Amino acid sequence: MLFQGLVGLSEAMYLWLVAAGLSLIFGVMRVLNFAHGSLYMLGAYFAWVAFRVSGSFWVALLVGPLVVAAVGWAMEFGFLRRVYSAPEAFQLLLTFAFVLILDDAVKLVFGPVYQSPPTPAALSGAVLIGHSVLPTYHLFILGVGALVGLGLWVFLEKTSFGLVIRATAADREMARALGVRASRLFTWVFILGAWLAGLGGALSMPVRAISPGMGELIIIEAFVVVVLGGLGSLRGAFVGSLLIGLLHAYGLLFMPVFELALGYMAMALVLIVRPWGLFGIREG
Amino acid sequence: MRARLAAGAVLAVVVLLVPAIAGPFLRYLVLNMLLLALLALSFNLLFGMTGLLSFGQGAFYAGGAYSAALLLRAGVPLLWSILLGALAAAALAAVLGAFCVRHTRIYFSMLTLAFGMLVYAVVWKWTAVTGGDDGLIGIPRARIGLPGPLDFSLDSPARYYLFAAVLVLLSMAVLHRLSASPLGLALRAIRENAERAEFSGVPVRRTIYIAFVTAGLFAGLSGALLAPLEQTVSPSTAHWTKSAEPVMATLIGGPLSFLGPILGAVVYLGLKEIIVRFTEYWLLVFGLVLLAMVLVFRGGLVGAASRLRMPRRRT
Repeated sequence: MLFQGLVGLSEAMYLWLVAAGLSLIFGVMRVLNFAHGSLYMLGAYFAWVAFRVSGSFWVALLVGPLVVAAVGWAMEFGFLRRVYSAPEAFQLLLTFAFVLILDDAVKLVFGPVYQSPPTPAALSGAVLIGHSVLPTYHLFILGVGALVGLGLWVFLEKTSFGLVIRATAADREMARALGVRASRLFTWVFILGAWLAGLGGALSMPVRAISPGMGELIIIEAFVVVVLGGLGSLRGAFVGSLLIGLLHAYGLLFMPVFELALGYMAMALVLIVRPWGLFGIREG
Repeated sequence: MRARLAAGAVLAVVVLLVPAIAGPFLRYLVLNMLLLALLALSFNLLFGMTGLLSFGQGAFYAGGAYSAALLLRAGVPLLWSILLGALAAAALAAVLGAFCVRHTRIYFSMLTLAFGMLVYAVVWKWTAVTGGDDGLIGIPRARIGLPGPLDFSLDSPARYYLFAAVLVLLSMAVLHRLSASPLGLALRAIRENAERAEFSGVPVRRTIYIAFVTAGLFAGLSGALLAPLEQTVSPSTAHWTKSAEPVMATLIGGPLSFLGPILGAVVYLGLKEIIVRFTEYWLLVFGLVLLAMVLVFRGGLVGAASRLRMPRRRT
């Protein structure tokens, strides 16, 4: 039971890292990045390459997400900013084009098969807590997830750059009028969001097999999470991720047939009661 | 108006002549184009008219395909299986639509995608009814189910083509009529300014709901027509990659004219047929095409053509 809970929570952390970036980008830029799952996938592949080259898991964890952040910069600076004035649907479609391009590009470069790299030696053991044996790596993931959550909170609430980001999210016009260079801010926020997704992917590399389809799977779950938690709310993304992670873990244990559908049902339930999500702000 | 009627008649004649002049391969391709065109038109009822981007048309497509397949396997005549399949998809849209139309814009797109994947998950796991991973096989092309001498057997692919083509053409006529109807006008008013439409007495949410269910009905019809064509139905009909096809077709053809999605479906499947001969990475190519469409040709092929014909007026 405890073991299943821990597995659920650690799965939730990958989801949290993707959902956090997705929600942050939407909150500030009002753009829903369909390609966020693909950035997660790139994080895993880049980290894998870095691991093969350097032989060090820690180097991989550092380099992978940074390269993804660079891809994020190229996406925002080269393409996305050209369609900010277009209807929202076209912004969504632009990011969707990136899903198609990145997924197939990865297939082209790395092949369509699963790759499963090894767990780093320092984290491959297990810890005995009470009567349960818990894999160290899962605990590590939990720690990183919590740390990122804390870091984001401090960054947004306690630093002046965070203040500017929150101001722009709350009222873009007013922030511009007060001298915020919104376009440069957008680029940085997108880079940060991409880095978070890349970190999630890099962290997932040793325990989840890497495949070109991994981005599609997580982006739809991340959509469910942000709808559950409220789009644009980081707290919502965190709580939503934990909820979905636990639902999947225990669902797999108790009702394996409905495991896939459980998350969607939870989403439908929340939408009936609170259409704007658990922590979201009422639309309009 | 007369020109449009003529264009419609020409399209109908060409489509109906296909089995007489083309081989089995081309006939199969054209029927697939017709089915995708219908699916894209159903998508564009929401996107082009109302500005709502649905990423879940696959749910209704699959709903129609699976319902029709189950009915046909139970021995129900063809025409009734198809029509009931489309109605089942509309019923599904009536349920899911109740959740989706409460939201606009981005939320709407995400919800349709998530609910589409819910349908996919159900189809995948509910093996007892849907056959799970394997799908449903051995779907008969049964007798049509009309009284007396009209009760054709549609066993031959050429006959089935004619039957399906007639249904698709009729649906296109209905959808075209719909776009010029008060409902169509109300939808366009909502796209331009939902608040103003509400104040002018348009019941916004109910109008969108009607459009959503109608779109589900025609997406379901497209799926239902697929079942006897392929004689198998698989879960991939519900996958979001299927939902993406009408989006691509519409974007390529142009969302702002009625002809756009039809032209887009022809170009999309035609291009795919050519590209897959050279590379298996055809989605990469389409991603690049989509990128170009969004960045440069937001009006699609139809938009680009009319821009050529009528240079933009100076204001």
